[in-house]
Amino acid sequence: MSVARAYGAIAIAALLLALLPVMVQSNTVINALVTAMIIALAAQGWNLLAGYGGQFSFGHAAFFGAGAYGNAILQTRYGINAYAAMLTATAIGAAVGAVIGYLSFRSGLRGSYFALITLAFAEVFRIIANATPFTGGAAGTLIKLQVSAANFQFASRAIYFWIILAIVTAVMFLMRGIERSRFGAYLVAVRENEDAAAALGVDTLDVKLKAIMLSAAMTALAGAFYVQYFLFVDSSIAFGTWISVEALLGPIIGGLGTVFGPLLGALALHFLGELAKAVAGRVLGIDLALFGILLVLIIAFARDGLQGLLTRLARLWRARRPA
Amino acid sequence: MTSLDILAAAVLNGLMSGAVYALIAVGLTLVYGVLHIINFAHGAILSAAMFAAYLAFQAGVDPYVAMVPLALIFFGLGYGLQRLVIGPASHGDDRNILLITLGLSIVIENLLLAVFNSDTRTVDVAYGFSTLDLGFTFLALPRAAAFGVSCLVAVLLWILLAQTDTGKAIRAVAKEKLGASLAGIDVAHIYAVTFGLGAACLAIAACLLLPTYYVHPRVGNAYVLVAFTIVVLGGMGSIPGAIAGGLFVGVVESLSGLMFGESLGQLGIFVIFILVLLIRPTGLFGAKA
Amino acid sequence: MSKTGKTGLSRRRVLEGGAALVAGAVAMPAYLRAQGAAIKIGILQPVTGALAFDGAQGQIGAVAAIKAINDKGGIKSLGGAKLEMVFGDARSTPEGGTAEVERMAAEGVVAIVGGFASPICLAATQAASRYDLGYIVDVGVSDQIVSRGLTNTFRFAPGFGIVTKSALDNLVTINDAAGKPARTVVLVHEDGLFGSGLAKLMQAELPKRGFEILDTIAHPTPARDMSNVALQIRSKNPDLIIPSSYYGEFVLLARTMQQQKIKPKGIFCVLNGAASNYRFVKEFPEAAQNVMDCNHWYDPRNAVAQALKKEVEASGKFFTYNVALNYSGVLLLADAIERAASADRKAIVAALASSTFAGHIMPYGPTQFVGGQNTGAAPVNTQVQDNDIKVIFPASFADAKPVFPVPA
Repeated sequence: MSVARAYGAIAIAALLLALLPVMVQSNTVINALVTAMIIALAAQGWNLLAGYGGQFSFGHAAFFGAGAYGNAILQTRYGINAYAAMLTATAIGAAVGAVIGYLSFRSGLRGSYFALITLAFAEVFRIIANATPFTGGAAGTLIKLQVSAANFQFASRAIYFWIILAIVTAVMFLMRGIERSRFGAYLVAVRENEDAAAALGVDTLDVKLKAIMLSAAMTALAGAFYVQYFLFVDSSIAFGTWISVEALLGPIIGGLGTVFGPLLGALALHFLGELAKAVAGRVLGIDLALFGILLVLIIAFARDGLQGLLTRLARLWRARRPA
Repeated sequence: MTSLDILAAAVLNGLMSGAVYALIAVGLTLVYGVLHIINFAHGAILSAAMFAAYLAFQAGVDPYVAMVPLALIFFGLGYGLQRLVIGPASHGDDRNILLITLGLSIVIENLLLAVFNSDTRTVDVAYGFSTLDLGFTFLALPRAAAFGVSCLVAVLLWILLAQTDTGKAIRAVAKEKLGASLAGIDVAHIYAVTFGLGAACLAIAACLLLPTYYVHPRVGNAYVLVAFTIVVLGGMGSIPGAIAGGLFVGVVESLSGLMFGESLGQLGIFVIFILVLLIRPTGLFGAKA
Repeated sequence: MSKTGKTGLSRRRVLEGGAALVAGAVAMPAYLRAQGAAIKIGILQPVTGALAFDGAQGQIGAVAAIKAINDKGGIKSLGGAKLEMVFGDARSTPEGGTAEVERMAAEGVVAIVGGFASPICLAATQAASRYDLGYIVDVGVSDQIVSRGLTNTFRFAPGFGIVTKSALDNLVTINDAAGKPARTVVLVHEDGLFGSGLAKLMQAELPKRGFEILDTIAHPTPARDMSNVALQIRSKNPDLIIPSSYYGEFVLLARTMQQQKIKPKGIFCVLNGAASNYRFVKEFPEAAQNVMDCNHWYDPRNAVAQALKKEVEASGKFFTYNVALNYSGVLLLADAIERAASADRKAIVAALASSTFAGHIMPYGPTQFVGGQNTGAAPVNTQVQDNDIKVIFPASFADAKPVFPVPA
């Protein structure tokens, strides 16, 4: 794939999405898009570690929550500016990733074991956040509503959308860069066969650590943005299993280990969820049941998810056209 | 009442809870031992089993009477799930199995939610408030029954694995999949039998829990995280480990709850869990990997 | 049960609004207000997810109130304009609430009632404030809701502060009237927002009023077992137990205490999920007998409330306080629209701010909002007596006398 093709597709997709708020002025739609983008960003983080690196985390909430609480607490307790707080919160997320990664990878945890330990860390954080006064305890932490660009609070929801879209786009460029880099190649090598990669001289611990730090940073930024958008966080929002599950549903449905997978998946999930509601009416849980079935079906029949489906369709289309 | 009495009562409580934890964990560890994956749908299947027991009760069947039929039904369901869904869909890749069991847990939980709503349901059995007076404490009869039956089931399972042909086949597959299949063992069948046994354990646990606990679509999650801890503690795949681990966790939880409060008591379990994973992932009773 | 599944793998936290993509295109804000045209009001409740039970209850109340108003001729100052409900499912999450407020605003509602849980109310009121949309909080007890200076936000029911203060006052009065049988207390609370906050306040206030706190026991939701809590209670042998838990856990506790033959002089709940719930009373009459609760409740002497209760029970539902609160909240809003004689959002907010509405079915005096909080609101004390829930305090609303201390 040429450089232009590799990055161009991302740029075009981003531009098209960026035009949405201009075309549809409904805040309902824009709000939905912002939420979808937050999930997409968290999902990009998960996808880097799991889709490319093969380390399946079931506890990305640990990083999302670190970013969310980090941002909220830095602003409310220490009066730090919102922009600085978000950046710091992202760094905190990376640090949490480094600690969890170092501990578990050093102990050689993989597969089920790694999934379990990430789950346990997220749960421990949730219990602690729910119990300590520092995080606002069970009442959570509320950022004061003071609409002003200096506080990263905007009257227009479209601005939030453009910012989160810009972040997601930047992350996608980064992911494309990683895909084409030596680091990316090592990461895939670790996924395919860790022992073989190590035998070939890849420092697998180092590769996995870098991956989890980057992954955690992305998901933490999603958490920080979540708080900045809703101005409220509590322990079950921050460290609840919901975000761990959504961060992995998106990439799997969109296309595991692909740059577009998390974005496609997050948008598709939103759309499907509402479709399910429209069709099945207000039956509790029917949309999530559907997602679960979709997840099983995709793993059974289409490992590369929607992204793969689109690629195949495109190939079919090109094959049909006389050259 | 003296502090010694409280301590004794707390240990007793812990053992009662721990036995049921152990039963749930035995199902999990059995599946791990053979299929080498954590079954993330374990909690959801427990929820489903509790609803099944609840429905049976509504139809006039006492949970203790429903225990054996439900165990058989859930054996069948578990067998089918592995044979028809998990096996074929995962293409034999461990990571796929992981995701598929997670997907199944989402499906099962939400289907329960769709059918039963999120109400909390309880049953009122005639013996629900019967107790044994032990002098230092009153022991609720349903909890004592849960303890007894859990231990009995664990022993039966142990005998099944050690003495029967199926049991030997299961152990063979657990040790060496390829060799077992060369020796003429139908691996797919054994996988499904194992999964079925795990589900049957859950059905029994559900019938034991119903008289003292409540039912709602996410109820299984309250138990499954503890079961994970026990499985890791006891060594993934080890049945005696799961039993000892279950009783141990029950007592630790009970005592730490008494000393540090119930909320932080939960934390204690997870801290043990993480430490064991990091320091000795094969568990306290597990064989060296 | 109002909250569980914090640990649920599939906590229903969704992807709201995605369809907004579909709905938004259809629902362009094309509301032309002809004289007498229907007035849209938003009803926001979490009818799916962990809080679905409570949300559905709230919805019953709101629907009944809209019907009652329309049957009586709608909004008279607007030529008999009918109220039209725009329902939003908050999906038990703050994002869900926000997404639905956006949709309601786009569909042209003039104000919103509901929310139920504090996190949903916090997010939804904030989203509504962007459009100067009046928002009547039905339950949401966190006092953060009315301390942010949002001029569009009105809480009709009492919050934490008021409930706890009333609970303490009521407790002292009931105890004094009975000849001060209770002096020692054990607090049992769930470790979430409600329980922890209340326990903290209780710990500060109870000693000042002559009570001795022997122990404070926190438990998680969901809790697998209450045996140890019961054990601790038994060893401390308090006169009074003050539990603050959700439905499932309180039922477990009450049953375990019954098993363990723990019989304190009184169980005095505060904002308890079960003690003011007819289901608990129906399913465990023995464990529920004589449990007191300081909580939201309807005015049992009010004829409208009695009729509504009959109607709700006839349809096979339980008459919970959510029904009464949402019923009253919609009446309060209709009154404001009536007085504003306009469907203008700002005019309605102004009318709400100056409301002195007294036609509700709650045991409150006339409405008066100070900083968004209805200072006329107060909880009452209920007690389970002979398979029914009676109001025992304050005397002006009571339909029964307290049974305290509970006969051994």
